[in-house]
Amino acid sequence: MRLEVKKTYKLFIGGKFPRSESGRIYKVNNHKGEFLANVAKASRKDVRDSVVVARSAQSGWASATPYNRGQVLYRIAEMLEGRREQFVAEIRELTGKSEKQANQEVDSAIDSWVWHAGWTDKIDAVAGNMNPVAGPFFNISTNQPTGVVAAFAPQDSSLVGLVNTIAPAIVSGNSIIAITSETLPICAVTLAEVLETSDLPGGVVNILTGNASELGSWLASHMDVNAIDLEGTSNAAELEMLAAENLKRVIRKGGYSRTGAKGSLQHILDLMETKTVWHPKGH
Amino acid sequence: MPTIDPEAVVGSRITNQSLSRWLHSLPGVDKVGLEARTASLGTRSIKTDSKAWALDMAIKMMDLTTLEGADTKERVRSLCLKAITPDPTDLTTPQPAAICVYGDMVKHAKEALGKNKIHVAAVATAFPSGRASLPVKIADTKDAVNAGADEIDMVIDRGAFLSGNYLEVYKQILAVKAACLRKDGTRAHLKVILETGELETYDNIRRASYLAMLAGPDFIKTSTGKVSINATLPITLLMLQAVKDWFDQTKIQIGVKPAGGIRTAKDAIKYLVVVKETAGEEWLTPKYFRFGASSLLNDVLMQRQKLTTGHYSGRDYVSVD
Repeated sequence: MRLEVKKTYKLFIGGKFPRSESGRIYKVNNHKGEFLANVAKASRKDVRDSVVVARSAQSGWASATPYNRGQVLYRIAEMLEGRREQFVAEIRELTGKSEKQANQEVDSAIDSWVWHAGWTDKIDAVAGNMNPVAGPFFNISTNQPTGVVAAFAPQDSSLVGLVNTIAPAIVSGNSIIAITSETLPICAVTLAEVLETSDLPGGVVNILTGNASELGSWLASHMDVNAIDLEGTSNAAELEMLAAENLKRVIRKGGYSRTGAKGSLQHILDLMETKTVWHPKGH
Repeated sequence: MPTIDPEAVVGSRITNQSLSRWLHSLPGVDKVGLEARTASLGTRSIKTDSKAWALDMAIKMMDLTTLEGADTKERVRSLCLKAITPDPTDLTTPQPAAICVYGDMVKHAKEALGKNKIHVAAVATAFPSGRASLPVKIADTKDAVNAGADEIDMVIDRGAFLSGNYLEVYKQILAVKAACLRKDGTRAHLKVILETGELETYDNIRRASYLAMLAGPDFIKTSTGKVSINATLPITLLMLQAVKDWFDQTKIQIGVKPAGGIRTAKDAIKYLVVVKETAGEEWLTPKYFRFGASSLLNDVLMQRQKLTTGHYSGRDYVSVD
């Protein structure tokens, strides 16, 4: 007879798996309402630490070549595929989905990574432009990542919703602090383990489990956060007002579907800035 | 200011043997105890009012430093302007104690600081290695003092110290101290850098502290910031104990300056706790405690902004350095 070894569900900050700085945890139940696991409950200071590491990781990730970023995103899909059984089991336990439905959700999550991986080197080809100007100049608009993104993943999805929140942010070279669904956080922690083994530089993606209302105002008012995705929040209007202080880019609740195997180019572009360069040309 | 008779402290005429005997009779450092003590002080929680005070004090104690081979007149000037107005969005922000530069930059720093009370500290004596003959070190010091330096940060000869040639180290400090004298009879403040990262053991750091203090400097300073191990909390605690014991014994108060590797406001506050708990409140002033730092100021300013505005600040709201 042996004791089962239980997993400690922790946060993912800067490529490491710390407990919450506050030491807090909260109970997560399965779909039948039975106790499933204790999960770390992120605090204001975890948010603070995450923004610091996200900021320091962002420039390196943005200056990686689009080709390289695409490879890393594709690698995430590969690693996720290898953990399929674990994700299927977790989704079923959490949500009560059938095996087929759970497999479909994992399929969508994997396919979404591949879809996004393909976009890294095509964003500028599609959304950039050579502008016609009246003068001897080349006038070129290109798209740059906006910087550090804070995102609240949808509350009703355990895996694919989170993937469709993270991928559109990091595809262009942003770093992200993602707050998971409060009641369905188990897959998020497993996803963090996938990201950790996918050649993704530490700090590009930070995943915090906990309560969105508690953490929301700290992220929305944080002057070192450049964009905020309000999908999983319950006080979006209030947070949008706080976000106005430093002109954060805001993705409003319900703006994009997060359940499919494909994202949206507009979603990616919402987290980017247009840079226009004038360059003199000879006659 | 009280003075001491070194021979009375050492207990005989100053020779290499007597210095050696004196230094090696100092009690050994309890490494485990020292590190445990620092770790426990480092966990103390500092609440809002005290934190606001500590952040301002950290700025007032700062020797804002640029010691790069690539330093230019303009870079020194911009650092000085930053010292004069650390946070243009909040003019209640205090100014740092000093600007710390290489000797040839002193005149540019003095010019940029104008009538401001901010001191100019110059590193001298073949900083950071200290590998030059004594006449060169003295000339280096005099050059900086003549250019108007208010404070001189000298390095000890670690090679001589490690090979047991304590008398040589002691004599060099005395000679540099003499070189700090200005023509009008006043003297530039002298800080003695022990370069603790090269001294290998805590026992050596304690000995070097006492040897330096015997020569009567105004400060003892941990490091140059140019080797892999810079200021650490345990080393600073050890040096604070030394200056405190020295004060109890001789009534002469000497300051401590940790330098290198202190980058966050959180670290700085830990140091202040250690100062308060080790040496006491008499040392909690820029006259007796300094931070040698460059990137620390921006982090302290961001924490200060957090306290005044209620939300976290970012690098976009402090100047680039």
